[in-house]
Amino acid sequence: MLRTAPVVLGILMAGPVVLGLLLVILPAFGYLPAVGRDEFSTLPWRELFSAPGIQQSALLSLVSGLVTPIIALTIVMLFLAGISGSKLDRLIRRLVSPLLAIPHAAAAFGLAFLIAPSGFLARLVSPALSGWQRPPDLFIINDPLGLTMMAGLVTKEIPFLLLMALAALPQLDPGRRVMMARSLGYRPVLAWLFTVAPALYPMIRLPLFAVIAFASSVVDVAIILGPGLPATLSVRILGWFSDPDLSLRLMASAGAILQVIISLTAVACWLVLEKMVGRIWRYWTARGQRRQFNGALLISGRVGITVAVMLLSASVVVLTINAFAGPWRFPASLPASWTWQHWVSTTSTLATPVANTLLISLTSTAIALVLVLATLENEQRHGSSRFTALWLLYMPMLVPQVAFIFGLVVFTETMTWQPGIWLVILGHCVFVIPYVFLTLSETYRRLDPRWVHMARSLGASPNRVFWRIRLPILLGTALTASAIGMAVSVGQFLPTQLLGAGRVPTVTTEAVALASGGSRNVIAVWALLQSLIPAAGFILALAIPRLLWRKRRAMQESA
Amino acid sequence: MPVICILTYLTRVASAARQHLAVLAGAVLTLAVAAPALAASAPKDWSQVLQQAQGQTVYFNAWGGEARTNAYINWAAEQLAREYGVTLQHVKLSDTSEAVSRVLAERQAGNADNGAIDLIWLNGENFAGMQSNDLLFGPWAEYLPNFQWVDADNNPDMRQDFTVAVNGYESPWLRAHLVFFYDTMLIEQPPGTIPELLTWARKYPGEFTYPRPPDFLGTTFLKQSLMELTVYSSALYSPVGDSHFDTVTEPLWRYLDQLHPLLLRRGRTFPASGAGMRRLMSDGETALAFSFSPSEAPIAVTNGELPETVRSYTLHGGTLANVSFLAIPFNAANKAGAMVVANFLLSPEAQHRAQDPDFLGGTSVLAVNSLSSEWQQRMRQTRRHPAAPSPDDLDRRLAEPHPSWIPALEQAWLKRYSQP
Repeated sequence: MLRTAPVVLGILMAGPVVLGLLLVILPAFGYLPAVGRDEFSTLPWRELFSAPGIQQSALLSLVSGLVTPIIALTIVMLFLAGISGSKLDRLIRRLVSPLLAIPHAAAAFGLAFLIAPSGFLARLVSPALSGWQRPPDLFIINDPLGLTMMAGLVTKEIPFLLLMALAALPQLDPGRRVMMARSLGYRPVLAWLFTVAPALYPMIRLPLFAVIAFASSVVDVAIILGPGLPATLSVRILGWFSDPDLSLRLMASAGAILQVIISLTAVACWLVLEKMVGRIWRYWTARGQRRQFNGALLISGRVGITVAVMLLSASVVVLTINAFAGPWRFPASLPASWTWQHWVSTTSTLATPVANTLLISLTSTAIALVLVLATLENEQRHGSSRFTALWLLYMPMLVPQVAFIFGLVVFTETMTWQPGIWLVILGHCVFVIPYVFLTLSETYRRLDPRWVHMARSLGASPNRVFWRIRLPILLGTALTASAIGMAVSVGQFLPTQLLGAGRVPTVTTEAVALASGGSRNVIAVWALLQSLIPAAGFILALAIPRLLWRKRRAMQESA
Repeated sequence: MPVICILTYLTRVASAARQHLAVLAGAVLTLAVAAPALAASAPKDWSQVLQQAQGQTVYFNAWGGEARTNAYINWAAEQLAREYGVTLQHVKLSDTSEAVSRVLAERQAGNADNGAIDLIWLNGENFAGMQSNDLLFGPWAEYLPNFQWVDADNNPDMRQDFTVAVNGYESPWLRAHLVFFYDTMLIEQPPGTIPELLTWARKYPGEFTYPRPPDFLGTTFLKQSLMELTVYSSALYSPVGDSHFDTVTEPLWRYLDQLHPLLLRRGRTFPASGAGMRRLMSDGETALAFSFSPSEAPIAVTNGELPETVRSYTLHGGTLANVSFLAIPFNAANKAGAMVVANFLLSPEAQHRAQDPDFLGGTSVLAVNSLSSEWQQRMRQTRRHPAAPSPDDLDRRLAEPHPSWIPALEQAWLKRYSQP
């Protein structure tokens, strides 16, 4: 039974991934019979490289894919190093999950309204302090270097990395490590950075690669906050795929492959960087200095995370204001009136989308969790080689969705599977499984083997060990992974729309369709609705272990 | 490391599942592409169509970005269920390309008669693209009983979509016009022509911008400008290859070079879409904007998104206007039902409601003179929202250029303005 798990997982991923890729690679070399092209050529590539501003688009994507994880990881590590159980620390830890539940596009949209020249902050100080009766003509959003976009991505990735780190930390017993280092005279932040960080890093490395892949290929955030002339590669690919001129799909497919190459390049750069930082770390550690920079590191971590969390929270606040706002003209600090109108017009059609969203996200997450747990358990039990199909898992994240999904639809149509909710669930699995696997695998593999040995030596069967030892200890991580899986599923638009032939309305398909109309109030309402289901998931993921282990103090820490 | 993993696993998966994958890959590669379904008989006998349509569920893929349009389609669904026993399901799209992708994938997979999409709302480039790739079913549109009311013989735009002959492959639904709107609180006199826009922008720098091509509304602005600026405007009605592009478009680029520094953010960035342009106006960043829907400003005013001082108008020399159509994919599973829906949406009842500012506030495609005297009266009595353009405004129509100009203009624009 268990032995089949990795095979099932492999096939479930491999079928769609290989077919999805095939339908990207073939058109990239000129083969797409559906539009009457059946001769292989390099023309799509030549067209791609002669597209105006293509180098800059590609460079933007690469830089974003590196700068975002570097800043986000630095801030998260420094914050964790300085964590002291203060009120602020606890507040931030508590805000992590709800903030993670806000869809990227919604957070970006809120942020744009927060910092735009006509945005909330400008309205707060106008006209009294700034003297602005009309919005100043300042170039903040969509700046050509993509700085606003990267700032938006950093603020959104920080909660993700923080949650990953918090889920992994209890296993490392950071308290005792730090205590040991402190007894040798190291200041607290340095003690953490020297003893805990090197052990923590490998455990959040896979989620970090997901951040790199995401930041180098993100579409929605880049459209809202990113540069327009030229836009990032991912945005331009989407444009070519959406073009009424169907022959552009060939060049678009070549672009999709370039996108994969860019993301892989970002990962490769990261690996080089990793080696360099590792060396510096060892050198720094070996020097034995115990107090230098302690204060500066502490403060930069705190400031970084506070700014990020405040920006995100403020984005949610302005979204909420917009969801209830009547007319709201610049420079008024608040809307002239408040209204339920935006909610009334949407909630009448809410029942089916919400039911579908719940069914799809719960089912796909359950499938993903069972398969991933079984695969990891099989590894442990049979000592068989690790599930190394990482490329299978990363591919759905790396290949631009619009290209990838086209292949999936051709695949399901070839199999003459009727579009509908089951197909959508299967499609979601392709995107949910990778995240569940990445968030769970390292913690699972690095669980102290002595627990298992001890239980086995007391005569427990492998199954009993799994249910009584491994799963309870890893419950927090497994639930976090499920919550992330659910959030990923809830956020899927194209797989739902195309695999379901639009017949399976979810909260997200409704939200995206209505968002295309551009009314900020309507977008705000749906963004909040879209956040509710994942937020409930994250809250449950935190609450369940607390509830179950309320009488076991050491277990509570792992939650 | 991951690269190595990729390679090792590639070989492993290949060996483990080689047969399975080979079959699938082979299936995809060698599939005979489905031929367009010409077999379905032309719907000359309408009663037979009605009979076939009974009990069918029609999946109508239409942009769902606006609550009123969605409500209107809902209303149509209620009527259709009651009168014809047809279930109309609105598949809400954020972009027509989602439907096109689906049809294309079905074609690629050889699905010739069980397609998931029955009716698409489209026009112009999307029609030309689907039609030239044989992705549409037809001809059917002129057999609809209600087609007579559009008086196509006197309204050639009912048979031509961006100069491309429709040939009965799509049925007209609504008219669209390029309409400008401005805030009377901020500016006294809006520009009446494209050349005037430049002098106007000198007086009001930073009060205007346009969506960046290849957004279709941004490209529409380029087309409108080109038509007013070039002396070769007749060349725009033939394929772009037939004329000397640089000569025809030279005045446009000279104009834009002057205009851009006077736009919002000095033309260094442009909104991504028409919706983004409207949001800038709603935030008070700009005072002038435009849309392809005459009802956009009235709806935004009603919702409180735009101030009540906003008014719409069209440029004095006329603005681009087109008709949006409904088309049936070549492999639609419920073609009869789709025709019944298209026919209903063309009925005086549906068109009258579409024109009513309380419901859709659009412009009907019907030729009012061809209707019965009762409907003539009712259509003529439709109220007008104060922020809507006047009927005279909407009568000044310029036909759309040949669709091949669109990518050419977009490419040229991107080449000139997308390098910082």
